[in-house]
Parts: sequence; C-alpha cells; structure tokens
Amino acid sequence: MALDSKVPKGPIKDKWTDYKNHIDLVNPANKRHIDVIVVGTGLAGGSAAATLAELGYNVKAFAYQDSPRRAHSIAAQGGINAAKNYQGDGDSTYRLFYDTVKGGDYRSREANVYRLAEVSANIIDQCVAQGVPFARDYGGLLDNRSFGGVLVSRTFYAKGQTGQQLLLGAYSAMNRQIARGKIEMFNRHEMLDVVIVDGKARGIIARNLITGEIERHSAHAVVVGSGGYGNVYFLSTNAMGSNATAAWKIHKKGAYFANPCYTQIHPTCIPRSGDYQSKLTLMSESLRNDGRIWVPKNMEDVMAIREGRKKPTELSEDERDYYLERRYPAFGNLVPRDVASRAAKERCDAGYGVNATGEAVYLDFASAFERYGKEQAKIHNIENPSPAKIKELGQAIVEAKYGNLFQMYEKIIDQNPYETPMMIYPAVHYTMGGVWVDYNLMTTIPGCYCIGEANFSDHGANRLGASALMQGLADGYFVLPYTIGDYLSADIRTGKIPTDSKEFDEAEKEVTERIDFFMNNKGTKSVDYFHKKLGKIMWDKVGMSRNAEGLTEAMAEIKAIRAEFWKDIYIPGTANEMNPELEKAGRVADFLELGELFAKDALMREESCGGHFREESAELDGPQKGEAKRNDEDFAFVAAWEYKGEPGDAVLHKEELEFKDIELKQRSYK
Amino acid sequence: MNLTLKIWRQKDSKAKGQMVDYKVTDISEHMSFLEMMDVLNEQLVNSGEEPVAFDHDCREGICGMCSMYINGEAHGPDRGVTTCQLHMRMFNDGDTITIEPFRAAAFPVIKDLVVDRMAFERIQQAGGYISVNTSGNTQDANSIPISKHAADEAMDAATCIGCGACVASCKNSSAMLFVGAKVSQYALLPQGQVEAADRVQNMVAQMDLEGFGNCTNTGACEVECPKGISLENIARMNREYLSATLKG
Repeated sequence: MALDSKVPKGPIKDKWTDYKNHIDLVNPANKRHIDVIVVGTGLAGGSAAATLAELGYNVKAFAYQDSPRRAHSIAAQGGINAAKNYQGDGDSTYRLFYDTVKGGDYRSREANVYRLAEVSANIIDQCVAQGVPFARDYGGLLDNRSFGGVLVSRTFYAKGQTGQQLLLGAYSAMNRQIARGKIEMFNRHEMLDVVIVDGKARGIIARNLITGEIERHSAHAVVVGSGGYGNVYFLSTNAMGSNATAAWKIHKKGAYFANPCYTQIHPTCIPRSGDYQSKLTLMSESLRNDGRIWVPKNMEDVMAIREGRKKPTELSEDERDYYLERRYPAFGNLVPRDVASRAAKERCDAGYGVNATGEAVYLDFASAFERYGKEQAKIHNIENPSPAKIKELGQAIVEAKYGNLFQMYEKIIDQNPYETPMMIYPAVHYTMGGVWVDYNLMTTIPGCYCIGEANFSDHGANRLGASALMQGLADGYFVLPYTIGDYLSADIRTGKIPTDSKEFDEAEKEVTERIDFFMNNKGTKSVDYFHKKLGKIMWDKVGMSRNAEGLTEAMAEIKAIRAEFWKDIYIPGTANEMNPELEKAGRVADFLELGELFAKDALMREESCGGHFREESAELDGPQKGEAKRNDEDFAFVAAWEYKGEPGDAVLHKEELEFKDIELKQRSYK
Repeated sequence: MNLTLKIWRQKDSKAKGQMVDYKVTDISEHMSFLEMMDVLNEQLVNSGEEPVAFDHDCREGICGMCSMYINGEAHGPDRGVTTCQLHMRMFNDGDTITIEPFRAAAFPVIKDLVVDRMAFERIQQAGGYISVNTSGNTQDANSIPISKHAADEAMDAATCIGCGACVASCKNSSAMLFVGAKVSQYALLPQGQVEAADRVQNMVAQMDLEGFGNCTNTGACEVECPKGISLENIARMNREYLSATLKG
C-alpha cells in the first residue's frame, strides 16, 4: 500500500483552515448514534475523550490505572509551548513552526507541525478557562520561561507540575462528561487487541485488570492515545506501567509503525545508582534556564571528587569546564536535548564523569543564586549585602521557581542541591517515533486513529522541550475532533456494531490463547528478568550512539531473548484475578518485538539526525567537527514499517518529506 | 540491611485477609521503598509464590497511585513524600516494618495492598470541573488578570494528587482535605466563581454519600499529605458551603 499523507493543498498557513471548511460534518442528532473508543487517558486521550463527548459522540475510554488522572502525562514538569508572544520577543506561529521543524532535525511533516503551532495559542486559552493555575506575574498576567533550542520565551508553566495541572484540566473536562453519561469510563482495563471488521477498526478486546475478565467493546472508530515506548529500555523516566501494547497490537493488525529509532534521551535526569533501580527520575529541563552544566577541567580533580577528597564547590571557575557554553556559545546551556545529552556522554566517555559510576555531570545553580540575590538586594534596598545574604536572597527565588524539583532531588540523592551542585545524566524519556498517521491522524487501518506520543507525527527526530504537552492537547482538543468527523460522516446509518461477529470471536480467541499460554507455561524466569536483559541491550547498543555492528548484534540478541522468553517465562497466580505479573508479561512480550524493529530501523537509517546518532555519520572536520551529520539526499523520509510476522521481516515504506516553507540547513546551535 | 516485613495479604475483595511475615536481606539504603518491595516480589516469584499486589505507577511522587500504610502512617515515616519516594535510609538494619493497605470504609480492599478509590472519582464527577466546553473559542488567556497571590494559592490547592492518604490517616476517614483542595482551587479563581455554590454543595453531598466521615480538626491529614495540602482548604470549603447554603 502506498502511503498517502493526505496533506491538503494550498499555502501552509491556509491548509488547516481550508481543510476544516471543506470536510464532511456529522449533525448533532446523528452523533448520538456513533460510538468512539479512546484507549489511554493522558493529555491526548483524555482531551480527545472529553471533546468527542462534548460534541455528542458516545465515548468509551480505557485506562490501565485506577483513574484517568494517573496517566503519565501527569509527570511532565517544565511547561507547554504556545506562540502567544505575550513577552513581545518576536514569537509567532511561523517561528514556533520553524523552531519545531529545525529542532526535529528536519524529519517531521511540515503541514502537521504548522497546524500544531497554529492551534498552540488556543490551548492556553482553553486551559485557563478550565481553571488551570498557570504561573502569573505580579500584574496578574501569565508568565513564561525559556526552553532548549529556541530564542524566545514561550513556555507556560505551573511550577514544576505543568503536566499535572494540564492533565487535571483534561480530567475535569472528562469528569463533566462522565457525569452526563457521555463518557463511559473503564478504569483498570487494558486493551489487548483491536478488532477489524470489513477492513475497518470496529472495536477492541480488553481485560478487566481486577477480575481478569476478557471483554468485547465495539465502536465506529478506535482512537489510540496510549503514549510512548520508552520502557523498551527497562529503565526510563516513563511510569512503571507505561507500555506499547495498544500501539503494537494495532501495528500487528495493519497500522504501519514509523521511525521507531527516534528516541529522546533527556539530558537532565538523576543518575542511576544500582542494579535494583526500577526507574529513572527526570529533573525538568527548565532547570537549564538557571543551572550551568560543567565537569572539572583536570582529571586530578575528577579523581579527587570521586574519592571524596574534594568537593565540587572547592573548584574555582577556571578549574571548571562549562562544556555546553564552550561548544555552543549561541545557545549555551539551552541547546536542544539531543545535543546536550550527547555532550554529557562525550565528557563522561572521556573520563570526566563526577560520581562513582563515572556517569554524571554537574548542574550548578551558584551563579543563579548570585544573580537573583543581587537583583533582590537592589529591589529591597539592601546596601552592601554580604555574600551570604545575596545567596540567601537568591536561593529564595530559585526555591520559588523550582522548589519541588530541588526537594525531589534531595529525597532521592540525600544531598542538598542548594549547597552542592546537582548531579545529572541523560536517560530515556520520550519516543518521537510511533504509529504512522496521515494528516487526519488516522493510521493505515481505516477508522483507527493514533494521537499524542503514541503517533510519530510532529517532532521529527528530536522533540523540543515543552512540546509534548502541546502536541497531546492539540491532537485531543483541536485536531482529532474535526478530522474524525470527516470519517464518521459515512457511518451515520451504520447502527451499533455487534460484538457477536466472527471477527470479535477470533480476536478474543487470540487474546485468551496468549493468556492461557502464559498461565500454563512451566518456565523458571520472571518477567523482569527478560525485561532487564532487553533493556541492557537497548541501552548498550541502541542507545545514545549507535553503529552498524552493534545494531546487527542487537537484532540477533533481542530475537534470542524473545525465544527464551516464550520458552522459560513463569507467571504465578491465575488469570481470573488481579495479576500484575501477567499484565507485565503481555507488555514485555510486545517490547521484545518492538525492540528488534527499533534496532532494524536504526540500522537502516545510515545518517545521524536528532536523537538518532550513527557513529559512522559525524562531521569529520571544520567548525562542526564531531557533530551529527545528517544526510538529506538519501534519508529525508519517514520510515513506516509494515508488519510481516517477524519484526526482522518488516517491510519499509517511505514517505518522502518535502520542505517547501523551511530551507533544509545544518542544525547549528554554535 | 536485613528486614522483617509484616504485610497484609488478601486474595480479593471478598476474602478474609491476614498479616504475613516475610524476610528480605541485603537491602540498600539508597533503594526506594517500592524497589524494596520489588526485591521481595522477585524473591516470591522465583520461589513460585504469588507476589504482593500493590498500586504504583510513576514512581516519582506525582501520579498518586501508590498507597501503603507503613508502620501506622500513610506513605510511611518520611514527610512530604509518597511511598515511591520513601527511601530505605529511613529504616534501620533489623527493623520490622508493618505494611497495610489504606483503610477506610469508602476504600474497599481489592487485593493485598490495592484499594478501590472510585469514591474519589465520583466526588470529582459531581462537580470538580468548570463547565466550559473544550471548543477552542474561549477568550484570550490574558483577558482576565488574576492576582499572583490567588493564582499561587489555587496552585497550592491544585497540587493534590488524589492518593487518599488524608482519608487513611484520619480517625474519621474524612475526605475533606481532598474535597476542600478541589473546591478551593476553583473558588480562588474567577473562572470558578460562576458555579461555585453548586459545585461545593454537589461535591459535599457526594462525599457524604460515599460514607466518608466528618472533620474534627485533628489535622493528621495535613501532616501525612505528601503534597502538603493545607487545612486552610477545609476551612475555605466550609465557608463556601455555608455561604452556598445560606444563599439557598
């Protein structure tokens, strides 16, 4: 099947408006007869469920947690971008569009990104109307901060809990519709397959995670907003339950999976400490507004610090290497995430890491304390303030901005970051790749949509900070509710989709057989045993930098683990009860397939772009020496993979990317 | 460190539960409490026993899913953290740790340490929202200035993660801190004023219907709340409720 992105004709700034003016609509009376299933209730799924219900559709929403409010969007800290230009610093829809395409290293679809930038301002209006308590200045207007990879302040925030507040906003909109009966909410339910009738997505098979019951749910369309697949690495900043099962199931039933190798390794996470570690914790990128990143210049100091003979605060300014400021003077500590992560890895690989594992760099707020302290002293008319007073005043400002993050750091590491610099190291955070969708956010299965992090569409090969929240809400509040109407307008006479068809029988049988297999297999190893093994291969060979040899090995090794998994997995308990091991087994089984496709995609892409760094493709000389080298001639396409039984046999379909409104350039932050 | 764990085991909502003793060894002080539970569960699975079911998800203190009652305190002995952020350095080698589910009539046990908090969902559905459609046709976000003070206070109330520690800690199993936080968030913002009276009455009515107890100003909820939600929110809810009922 040839890929048709269905991007509307016309100038980029008119595409979305023209499109909305010409699509088919469903009249309000008919919407009452149309059912939509939404899987996942984070920012994308939650906002979509609420909006579809408000429009009049009957929505069934599914979450594996006990409430939509617990979806992992809640953990997003820093903020949400919007081209409001409230700061008057030259922001515009075009500039947000440009920054996002450039930040994505020219591997995203222009028309989708422009639309995202276009609706971004509306998101803020919407959220304020819902009672989201964004940060404000003393005049009562909304405050902004800066994020990496841009030169304007366009990020709206609610302390370090922006994702929480936005999700609670979407959740409140859902609650209003649940109360009206327009959303039927299925908490503690997991989608285990999609049901396709006459070529269209018409329902799902779900498991009730409390009783173990397998349920059939039908609808006229299925929307998957189940998040990313970062947990393929075992250790990531994702929630423990975050999984790719819904996305992978639709892939196996015909939805192409795009650019799986584009993964974001976030530069500012708390370093790992031991083998028992179950997850990694992010420290918001917003900290890079005020924190400066460094390692010691001299190896003797590195050793002294590791052995506890010296403290980082004892090093003078000229004994420190502020390597981001040195290498990227224009953007300094605010370079995009992929660049910052690789730079940290480069220093640590060279032996300059500052903790026992050699995998940590400093994030230092001392100069921010001083800068803010002096400013405050002036404001409060304190003459000749002592250095201690300046620090105290400065710390109060930093605490107001990032207090919860500092507290979180202290609880985990047991060190006071007001007194000693934080230690950070990159960790897997977000996946730009995902299910391929067209301009309508429809997958290659008619009637099956994919939104938010689960799809591939807007971030190219690297996502800029504060853009995930923007995309999730844009898809759910403002894009999908329009585009899905165009499809559903053909279904006004279809009537309820029966669940007693042979298609439902077959899908349920497949699900039940797999569960039975797990319960009856007399293996000896736990799910985590396999998950950790997979994660180690992914991190070592498909991590921050990749090469052909490692990727080829990774594919073979993952395949071998998969074979071992299906032979030796052991699940305690029964299928007819709450059984967390059984839940994990299904998810890890899918990761074991996805991981191999991921490595295959990375192997195919013989260029470096965004989060995907191929060692064979780096600049060899000139001012950009050592930086990633993109190859637009051969790789300016979306890689959409078609499932063919084994991940290794997946067939590549290319969607060529056209750049009409932005010139393709080397992405320089120097 | 080596520890003895006394854990509540209960097969399902109908079964009769009991405390069961387990031993774990070589626990690092840098582990989180849930990572210690992972070690126990891995141990149980490897010996063919059923692992202890417990709720958890984000493991960074924000989703509100984790919910254990540890040594008689919701989320354990540390302050300002959820169980997932409680670290083993709070305990000593040789300790015996008692781990129970959150207990309240309105939070029935589903299995082991997992409880059903759907009552919270129904309270939110009764009025925990502003009735505005997600149409995108709202007015510009800066058209209504909101004082920084009010916005910050609304934010403090809005940081509630809905974990239920307040209910579990209260001798009356009262949910007033949880409900008060939501009522306050909207009461403090101009957007929430329009339906403020209906909201507080509906949410309180649902809260009573769910079987939560009343507030007797003990303040345990505030102490145990991992997000430091203030008792002031209960006072504000009471004022809102009073003025709403007086208005009729």
